[in-house]
Amino acid sequence: MVTEKLILDGHILDSLTLSKVLDRLSEGGVQFDVKKFEVGHGSRDESHAEIELTATDEAQLRRLAKELEPYGGLTELDDATVAPAPADGVFPDGFYSTTNLETCVRIRGSLLKVEHPEMDCGIVIRNRGSNRNAETIPIHRVRKGDLIVTGEQGLRVAEMHPEEERGDAFHFMGSEVSMEKSKERAVFAVAEAMREARAAGERILFVGGPAIIHTGAGRSLERMILEGWIDVLFAGNGFATHDMECALYSTSLGVNLNSGRAMPNGHQHHLRTINQIRQCGSIRQAVEQGLLQSGIMHACVVSDVDYVLAGSIRDDGPLPDVITDVTVAQDTMREKLEGVGLALMAASLLHSIATGNMLPARIRTFCIDANADSVLKLTDRGTHQVHGIVTDCSLFLKELGEELCGGRP
Amino acid sequence: MKARVLLCPPDHYQVRYEINAWMDVRRPVSVARARFQWERLLSYLNRSCEVFMIPQSPSCPDQVFTANAGLVIGRDRILLSRFRHDERRAEERQYREWFVNNGFEIVEVPEDVAFEGEGDALAFKDKWLAGYRLRSDIHSHHFLSDLTGKEALSLELIDPRHYHLDTALFVLDEETIVYYPGAFDSYARRVIESLAETIHVLPHEARRFACNSVVMRDARTVLMPAGCPRLSHQLVRRGFKVIPIPMSEFIKSGGACKCLVLFLDALGGGPEKRESPRLPAIGRRRGHRAAIRG
Repeated sequence: MVTEKLILDGHILDSLTLSKVLDRLSEGGVQFDVKKFEVGHGSRDESHAEIELTATDEAQLRRLAKELEPYGGLTELDDATVAPAPADGVFPDGFYSTTNLETCVRIRGSLLKVEHPEMDCGIVIRNRGSNRNAETIPIHRVRKGDLIVTGEQGLRVAEMHPEEERGDAFHFMGSEVSMEKSKERAVFAVAEAMREARAAGERILFVGGPAIIHTGAGRSLERMILEGWIDVLFAGNGFATHDMECALYSTSLGVNLNSGRAMPNGHQHHLRTINQIRQCGSIRQAVEQGLLQSGIMHACVVSDVDYVLAGSIRDDGPLPDVITDVTVAQDTMREKLEGVGLALMAASLLHSIATGNMLPARIRTFCIDANADSVLKLTDRGTHQVHGIVTDCSLFLKELGEELCGGRP
Repeated sequence: MKARVLLCPPDHYQVRYEINAWMDVRRPVSVARARFQWERLLSYLNRSCEVFMIPQSPSCPDQVFTANAGLVIGRDRILLSRFRHDERRAEERQYREWFVNNGFEIVEVPEDVAFEGEGDALAFKDKWLAGYRLRSDIHSHHFLSDLTGKEALSLELIDPRHYHLDTALFVLDEETIVYYPGAFDSYARRVIESLAETIHVLPHEARRFACNSVVMRDARTVLMPAGCPRLSHQLVRRGFKVIPIPMSEFIKSGGACKCLVLFLDALGGGPEKRESPRLPAIGRRRGHRAAIRG
């Protein structure tokens, strides 16, 4: 059986075009199901219908699609068009710009699932022997002559599926961002989602900012890592630096985390930390040489958690592990996303948005930030699947740690 | 306030290709008779309309059918046609030039969408009656509707001899639509019947282009191709004056009275209230009209 979506727009009710099309479908012997129907109310408002057609063979569908074309019935039955990239790092004119939704592309009559859905990329078609595959490709990775999909013909983009299909505990939140939600329930829901991801064999990604360290939530995160709740960590130079500053000097940005007091010459601690790690050669070597004995980065090394530290223009140092070429950092992050099924983002705007840009929409994403704007920004940039939790990340992570690992650390 | 209409004198009118069921290059047009028929139409139009002229390009034999130039969709705003057949596409440039020179704002349908102007779109109350399938694409109706904020009812034309809506239907007044049912599919017929009181045209009169009449609403006068006594009688009974005009030479190309006229004030052609005073730019073109009439 082959299925295809037929779309009808216009004054299809008053013109009886919809009745006509449905009658034709019945006569044509295909099964159909009106999946969506929006009625235009005013005289200006047009109606919109989406009809799923099921037929025994492709040829029958094509014949029918051809027949319904004059009535404005649009299907995605045609092959997608492709054009060769004119130069390295350049898409051909009219290239298709991707969304983060599951996408299929029709090439020579067969529907290919586009691998690694990611927004703001192109789609490259590669012939591997007799096989063909389609995958997203960021602009900087394009090589001259790569076959890139152009236009919108022959593409089928899945619709956003809100969480209700998964019937999960987070449904009560919807996707709206609000301070006025029960935080306990939010903690419980995130923990549940993490347990589900674990049960499904999915990897869990954590994206964090330095405020986690400054507020003393680092210990909760460290514990979650040591107990195997996190598989991948994305952060920046500041996050790793302050975490290790805390391990080496018990301060974060010079402030003692136990007493809350600024230490004499504390402002130098972070730079001394960077220097010490540089002296060791890398974070892993600092652990192996016995210099680094606690903290999040230590936990990552001893627990074999993949971490990617991406640089930015305001970094001190940076640490030897920080990737300073942004496109290399992006590509490394993309690699590490393989198998990720859940993403937690806390107290980081820069890295959250960077990660959000790369995440397929199907990945459950939670953004925890004291500032509602951070969450909204993420949504505005297209990461619509994000669940925003506006709260103090320190308290949130402490409670999440307790929920997952039990007791106070 | 007189209605403004655009006509094109048949200086180079001929049947030079075959793009509809009427055209036959072996049946030549009598140039003199065509001229006579056209001037007869013009003389009646001059009584209640302000007539403007576009000169005919020698390379556009069908340019006389100005109703296909486009559709006036508001004050000095025209949705230009994009012809389905390559044979007529050269006319697009001629018309564009004329409308630009006469101060019209030009709007175009999207690429690859065929739309043949007033030939396939007629105003009825607050709606557009829009024909499709044989010439215009249904997608042009969505565009027209979006553009004007008025509902476009898509009517499928199924008889190749009535390939444009205006060859099969005209709006007599606010309550009455005159049409030839055989030109439409059953769905379109249901739509039309649900809209207004209708007068059905008989097949043999429809073949003589009875539905291709021009209604001068203010004068309650209908300029109708000759040879349609039954419809003529029906309209006279309703208090209309009917003027039969011989159209044999234009029917050889598949057109008649209405095809030869484009309304410039969204009056016959559009649902918007006529609010446009005469344009100075058009006024300047009147010299041309005088020359032709002379």
